[in-house]
Amino acid sequence: MVDRIAQIWGTRTPFGRGERWPVRVDQVLAQGVAESDVQRWVQSACVLCSNGCGIDIGVRDGIMVGVRGRAGDIVNHGRLGPKGLFASWQGVQNKDRLTRPLVRENGELVETDWDTAMERIVSRSRSLLDTKGPLSHGFYTSGQLFLEEYYAQAIVGKAGIGTPHMDGNTRLCTATAAAAMKESFGSDGQPGSYVDIDECDAMFLFGHNMAETQTVLWSRVLDRIDGPDRPRIVCVDPRETEVARHAEVHLAVRPGTNLALMHGLVRELFVNGWIDQDYIHRHTMNVDELRSTVEPWTPEAVADTCGVEAEDVRRAAEIFGTSERVLSTVLQGFYQSSQATAASCAVNNLHLLRGMIGKAGCGILQMNGQPTAQNNRECGADGDLSGFRNWENPDHVQELAELWNVDPAIIPHWAPPTHAMQIFRYVEQGSIEFLWISATNPAVSMPQLPRIRDILASDSLFLVVQDLYLTETAQFADVVLPAAAWGEKTGTFTNVNRTVHLSEKAVEPPGEARSDLHTFLDYSARMGFQQLDGSPLLDWNQPEDAFNAWKECTRGRPCDYTGLTYDKLRGGSGVPWPCNENHPDGTVRLYHDGVFPTDPEYCETYGHDLLTGATVGPEAYKAMNPAGRAIFKTAPYHPAHETPDEEFPLRYTTGRTVYHFHTRTKTGRSPQLNDAAPDAWVEMSVNDAETYGVTEGNIVRVESRRGHITAPVRVSDIRDGTIFAPFHYGYWDQSGTPDTRHRAANELTITEWDPVSKQPVLKNAAVRVTKIAEGTGPSPAPTTTASRPATRGKARRHLLPTAGGPAAQATESIAPVTAPTVATKEEQP
Amino acid sequence: MKLPVYLGLLHKAEGTLAQSFRQVAEGHGHEPDVHFLCQALADQCQEHQQALQPIIDRYGEVDHDDEPERLQADGLQNTRSGPVGLLRDLQDLYLLASLVDITWTMIKQAAQGLRDKELLSIVNDCDGQTSTQLKWLQTRMKQAAPQALIAAK
Ligand code: SF4
Repeated sequence: MVDRIAQIWGTRTPFGRGERWPVRVDQVLAQGVAESDVQRWVQSACVLCSNGCGIDIGVRDGIMVGVRGRAGDIVNHGRLGPKGLFASWQGVQNKDRLTRPLVRENGELVETDWDTAMERIVSRSRSLLDTKGPLSHGFYTSGQLFLEEYYAQAIVGKAGIGTPHMDGNTRLCTATAAAAMKESFGSDGQPGSYVDIDECDAMFLFGHNMAETQTVLWSRVLDRIDGPDRPRIVCVDPRETEVARHAEVHLAVRPGTNLALMHGLVRELFVNGWIDQDYIHRHTMNVDELRSTVEPWTPEAVADTCGVEAEDVRRAAEIFGTSERVLSTVLQGFYQSSQATAASCAVNNLHLLRGMIGKAGCGILQMNGQPTAQNNRECGADGDLSGFRNWENPDHVQELAELWNVDPAIIPHWAPPTHAMQIFRYVEQGSIEFLWISATNPAVSMPQLPRIRDILASDSLFLVVQDLYLTETAQFADVVLPAAAWGEKTGTFTNVNRTVHLSEKAVEPPGEARSDLHTFLDYSARMGFQQLDGSPLLDWNQPEDAFNAWKECTRGRPCDYTGLTYDKLRGGSGVPWPCNENHPDGTVRLYHDGVFPTDPEYCETYGHDLLTGATVGPEAYKAMNPAGRAIFKTAPYHPAHETPDEEFPLRYTTGRTVYHFHTRTKTGRSPQLNDAAPDAWVEMSVNDAETYGVTEGNIVRVESRRGHITAPVRVSDIRDGTIFAPFHYGYWDQSGTPDTRHRAANELTITEWDPVSKQPVLKNAAVRVTKIAEGTGPSPAPTTTASRPATRGKARRHLLPTAGGPAAQATESIAPVTAPTVATKEEQP
Repeated sequence: MKLPVYLGLLHKAEGTLAQSFRQVAEGHGHEPDVHFLCQALADQCQEHQQALQPIIDRYGEVDHDDEPERLQADGLQNTRSGPVGLLRDLQDLYLLASLVDITWTMIKQAAQGLRDKELLSIVNDCDGQTSTQLKWLQTRMKQAAPQALIAAK
């Protein structure tokens, strides 16, 4: 047994380059339940992060009693991380679950039946459509529904109502991943694969604290690091993360300066001739523009702007430029910071310059945060057109109209889809009067919370919230719909490296809770949405009907699902798309032939100017004639818009801890995880703590132009001048009134977004800090991860290491079977 | 030679556009993308003015011409409010930027005739940015127009 709170990544199973990652099956059962008590193991995959670990749910007497990793799954080879082990099942089996719909009566939410709740929604929706039209409606969805649910929602929004105001919290999480791939390659679609970890010689993690965001993926890296020919690691992160500790070069940049660093790295490749001229010539365009944009960014200039050593920039570039196989991963440190799309495209540029894409160990992983974010992007519940289609291409709109048998004019394609921040702005201005939020909690997760709360409370707004729990957001709703959770419904979803998993229903949902699919179908039927021939717009009964319809939507598109069925996904491993006649067992990597989906007839976008977000447009794009070549996209560096000044002298950045997911609706209800990270904290460096006369555990007030929070201090190894706060902690488990809301990191963040991806800038603001009390002991920050106490500095209080004790024991069975392979031609020629 | 007249026109038009971008940035602080981008674009216009300076030093600049001014393009003195107000302000910026753009084009013609390499390279850099400004204004207006014209209160 292993304490998996203390040992986050579990026992090491080292392996060498090109070998298979050994299997290790991790399992946890409820207290008092023996393995022989489990009556059924039901196949699924974990939804607590984007990694997509194959998981079996143990069921006894209609209740989930534990989980184990699926040994044969190509994603995790049996492993699970702390969130999968402790929160996946305990996070949904909880007395707080919503079991009946709620409606607002005289200002209070009261229980009601489904008919009453749905009729309220439909009558408001119908009357607004009749009087104000489709632009009065907005949908804000999630990165945690199933594929089938997004596709239903996309069709309801685009072909039933006809509103461009659809987005998901994927805007906060993966919008830049999608945007960067669209700009560089012409379409969304992850080039790399997790097996590239097994094959690479060097790994670059750009703003990606993989050790805490995708723990099982990091286990794979740790096993390579412990193996015979360890990969060289480079980490770009302002914090001393677990990744940084294993890195040969750690570039602790000032928040907001990523693009300057990237220009410096790209420039070094040019200057030292670490580029593949032949590949550039045959498979890319715009290299001269890239060369001239990066020209001023000498290592010294980078050092000056980013606050790193020039020598470290050279060393990092040398590792990139001279390693045989390089894998890069990118996440929120880039996506939620200034010039997000330009900085993320720069990672693609590094790989294109060396022709290191689509080959073993030479991958790019533009990561996602959430388990099903990929499906939202594919299906278009985030506003994109379904199946990676291009809203500026009339033929693509026509294809969808034919598929759905509706008039193409109803499908919104006259302007870019409305991004989340703009949807909230329209609500603020009163022009969106009907907002339907499913499976997300903007009252804690969006920037500048005092403003978001005002918007959600607007008198002019009719707010529908569909969730498992009465979240901070649900408390503002006019109608609350109880949703069935993971394990209580069947559907599919797709992880970061395109691997599609089936998640089967294991138990009944509590009370009257229903699957989101059921709810969307019910809404569509009650609204009377129709096809051209008068038949119902959505005539599906089962999730598999939706899946089959989706397959048709993907036929011939980059995300081709036509070779998949529920049956094919049962029993074995998840399968990476495209999966079709040519690739019956899926596809490990994209673009091995150097042909990119940039053809004007095929591409998902005609692209944007990365500095302003101006669209390139069809004429200019066609004139460029990309013809299957990748495009070097770049922009000049601009300093962040809010930088420290006399009044607010420190940089503020936000992020996660390994023990929680999002706003803790699930992880906060898992005792093991909650005990490990029970409350908020803020991090300060040793030097800053000294300057401000603060020691571990003192209570400080952190204030920006938008609000303030109070929290105990963890003196950590974060870079000087930077304050960090975890974004998980809201108010559902805190008593108090609205004016005592000073815990959520987003009270302080700025309302601003990247011009191309429209992803909010959650990782860069200016703040000031004041000590307000001594505190009663050390801060509750975990000691096991980036929030660990500073290793330098003097006279620290003694801190108990974070551990889980008897409740956090999991079994690990090492190498019970041989490791799975991705069953494709590429791996098994 | 009338090139100095056009250099004067352009210098003035870039200044007017810069000042108008700043005006819109200030007036629409609740639209963060407009607010921040207009500031950045105002800086660009001023950089264009600076880039022109060595050329003006060589050819001179004429403020007033004997041609009468028929169309006044004095820039935005104030901003409007609300969704339609935003649209109108962006549209005014679009007109001002178009004037800048076409003036660069005329100067490029002259530069080609003069085979003035320095001027040509300045025109290429600056006019590229001006046309991106126009594209951004168009992108942003297209996004705002349906809501402003149909649904806004
Ligand atoms: S790594 Fe992610 S998907 Fe895997 S068990 Fe942990 S939370 Fe779940």
